[in-house]
Amino acid sequence: MHLLKDDSAADRLSNPALAERVRAQEFSAELAPSMDHLDQLEAQSIYIFREAFARLKKIALLWSLGKDSNVMIWLARKAFFGRMPFPALHVDTGKKFPEMYRFRDHYGKEWDLDLRVEPCPPIDAVDPTLPPAARSAARKTEGLKWALAKYGFDGLIAGIRRDEEATRAKERVFSPRGLEGNWDVRDQPPEFWDHFNASPPQGAHLRIHPILHWTEADIWAYTKRENIPIIPLYLSQNGKRYRSLGDQDITNPVASTASSIDEILIELEQTKVPERAGRALDHETEDAFERLRVAGYL
Amino acid sequence: MNMIVTTASPATPNGTTSMPNGTTRPQVRIVIVGHVDHGKSTLVGRLLHETGSLPEGKLEMLKAVSARRGMPFEWSFLLDALQTERDQGITIDTTQIRFRTNSRDIVLIDAPGHAEFLRNMITGASQADGAVLIIDALEGVRDQTRRHGYLLHLLGVKQVAIVVNKMDRVDFSAERFKDISDEISAHLSGLGVTPTAVIPISARDGDGVAARTDRISWYKGPTVVEALDQLEPARPLEALALRLPVQAIYKFDDRRIVAGRIESGSLIAGDEIVIMPAGKIAKIRTVESWPATPVAGRQGAGRSVGITLDRELFIERGDIIAHAGSAPRETRRLRARIFWLHDKPLAKGDQLLVRCGPKESRATVVAIEKAVDPGELSSTENKAIGRNHVGEIDISLSNPIAVDPYTENPRTGRLVIEVSGRIAGGGLVLSVDAGQRAVPVDIVPVESALRPDERSARYHHNGAVVWLTGLPASGKSTLAKALERRLFTNGGSPILLDGDTLRAGLNSDLGFSATDRSENIRRLAEVATHLARNGHIAIVAAVSPAREDRATARRIADTAFREIHVATPAEVCEERDPKGHYKKARSGALTSFTGIGDDYEKPEAAELVIDTSTRTVAEAADEIEQMLKTTGVLFDEVVDLAANI
Repeated sequence: MHLLKDDSAADRLSNPALAERVRAQEFSAELAPSMDHLDQLEAQSIYIFREAFARLKKIALLWSLGKDSNVMIWLARKAFFGRMPFPALHVDTGKKFPEMYRFRDHYGKEWDLDLRVEPCPPIDAVDPTLPPAARSAARKTEGLKWALAKYGFDGLIAGIRRDEEATRAKERVFSPRGLEGNWDVRDQPPEFWDHFNASPPQGAHLRIHPILHWTEADIWAYTKRENIPIIPLYLSQNGKRYRSLGDQDITNPVASTASSIDEILIELEQTKVPERAGRALDHETEDAFERLRVAGYL
Repeated sequence: MNMIVTTASPATPNGTTSMPNGTTRPQVRIVIVGHVDHGKSTLVGRLLHETGSLPEGKLEMLKAVSARRGMPFEWSFLLDALQTERDQGITIDTTQIRFRTNSRDIVLIDAPGHAEFLRNMITGASQADGAVLIIDALEGVRDQTRRHGYLLHLLGVKQVAIVVNKMDRVDFSAERFKDISDEISAHLSGLGVTPTAVIPISARDGDGVAARTDRISWYKGPTVVEALDQLEPARPLEALALRLPVQAIYKFDDRRIVAGRIESGSLIAGDEIVIMPAGKIAKIRTVESWPATPVAGRQGAGRSVGITLDRELFIERGDIIAHAGSAPRETRRLRARIFWLHDKPLAKGDQLLVRCGPKESRATVVAIEKAVDPGELSSTENKAIGRNHVGEIDISLSNPIAVDPYTENPRTGRLVIEVSGRIAGGGLVLSVDAGQRAVPVDIVPVESALRPDERSARYHHNGAVVWLTGLPASGKSTLAKALERRLFTNGGSPILLDGDTLRAGLNSDLGFSATDRSENIRRLAEVATHLARNGHIAIVAAVSPAREDRATARRIADTAFREIHVATPAEVCEERDPKGHYKKARSGALTSFTGIGDDYEKPEAAELVIDTSTRTVAEAADEIEQMLKTTGVLFDEVVDLAANI
């Protein structure tokens, strides 16, 4: 732990007397261990979780079983000292990989989650003008709406990240949704200094994004550091691995030899292939993903 | 499918990038601001390209999209990822993009220049460690340039690099560059901001972005990439006084954990702390964590922590934990410099909700001064602060809050303002009202002139809190009055505190929600304890249905507490119903009534249990008297008053 004299907290203060006092303290007081990048991300996410729990009445965490939502559950357990005090909601398309269902059933118990599994409507019930993969993904949006209506949640915690996809980069941490679950990107309220807009209109809900500021590499580095279990599909087998896990029929593996988290981190350092490259729905048309998000997709 | 190449480069196990020399790369968050169309998005696109940060195929894809639409390719298309943006040709929101310079990981927050979207610029800039303010060489400094410069100052962004763009449009004129450089430097220095660099560039052609080209050979300063490479990440304010705003109190198990994020300073188990604004003192017993707990060692600013205290105090969300001797001030009145984003101008007399960290309070605007449009060079309005304008306001708060002036603590010296549940503005606390002195941190309670033994010698008893709990109409008040009379007759000093009676005055602001009931009980317990410490026997008659609340009362009164469960059967109580409450509740006319539901939680370890349906009032009073004797409240020898006459 070191603090350089010419870059001290004292220099950022405009009150000279106080700055002097601070400067004196900097060289005498015992200092806390400094926080690394992951510590900072973790502290911020915990802050967001606690704000959501304090300010909303009925929240749930959307558990997609993937690496991001597993990190979220871990962070929630840190925020609340061991057990997540609200339900984990799995909106189930019924088309996930068998490894994912095994993972859900095992860790749902081991982590003592209040697990709610909610089905999605049949494909026929979904907007037929969407391209096939997007239409398939839109089932999940419908399933989500059903679950919202059933439980009356006023906040849903979702594991999206700004670095995943351009439209997600536009998101707020507390993101209001309309009565139909839709997202109005043009009328987002201001959000600054970790003050969040937490008063959705009656009948509407908020999306809360505790890991919005994380990157794919952060997720893996943290998963390794905290020893968070993962679904083995993320690791290379026969020269391929999944970077992102969705439904079986609309998710493809990428070519990769990374068979450990360390190797994944090295791979991410090198690659310029986007994380969602294996997600069919991102590539159908320029705006398919955005249309989904405006309608309430994650 | 694209091939991912794996090579043997250093792994990044801890999330920061390992450098060959073993150090880690600082991450710096940058915002690019300036007037609309001065070239922010173009600069961002160019920066991504120059630093080799574009995803494979992205440039080609966008060029193909442009061709399909019959438009020439623009660098700014890279950012205009949303359909709505492309339709309008303006950037409407904050996006976050990452790239690397030699020694920094840069998180680039693009912020829109269009005045309509100032709230998005603020959202972006508030997260930044440093800023790039971009100016069109042809147009020069414009209103939005000044407005953004001012907001950077208000948002506390001190590292600002100026970029004079579109130098190709002014034939790379050194004179034109100097004119603009002088004008903006003078403007910013007036706000206390010194630019870290002023750089001439052509974002479209690349001059000055990553390389000093021949066309700007007269310029000797850093390129944009070099300037970004010198920015420093904001450091947590560990050297300042401890500020731990309380987000919540958790009781998930037998621990009572006070949770929050350390905004400044540091703490460690054993520290003596003060809880503001109440000013109560306690010691930190443990720092809790998960999976391993408790954690040893000092916890510094930036950490989200949970602590337990050595005593059970009433703490609530929004309180600030500080070290005794350096606590924040408590105030109901403060002055702030704010920016305003709401459609309706902010005027004197307006009612608001003010948030300082997790604390919120209703507030009224008492006065408005220095309202200006920061985009204009000189203009003042004094009546109201218009949308996207700034000003200084005096506000009066309905609840006292603990707050620091911004100059003493940048984290706890700022506030946001909400209107109708939506953030409408924010700003810096300039001062707390001088008329309201800060609460002295070292509260020294004034001690009584009398010693406890002087009082007990007169009253022949020690002070106590006799707490009668039970269903409505179980006989609590009747017993309380009988006990009061008997103690008084014996020369003692009993004082009756009836729950309903106190609700008429001291607790008239409280309703019957769980929170209000808890607060009602807490106040009864505090008053009763004060009386007991001064030698009186406080007799409390209150339904007090929640076990938790009675436990709070016992903690407050401590060894003086004597709990009596008036355990008259429910059907007897309902039959008595002297106030007609049961009847009303049965008919639905009285909600939140304890008695007909199962919401009364019986005491498990009361000092005494009395069923009034099986004995007379006098018999019950005898039992209480006996209990008070055996538990050391009443002195054993009954004094014959007549003998002393």
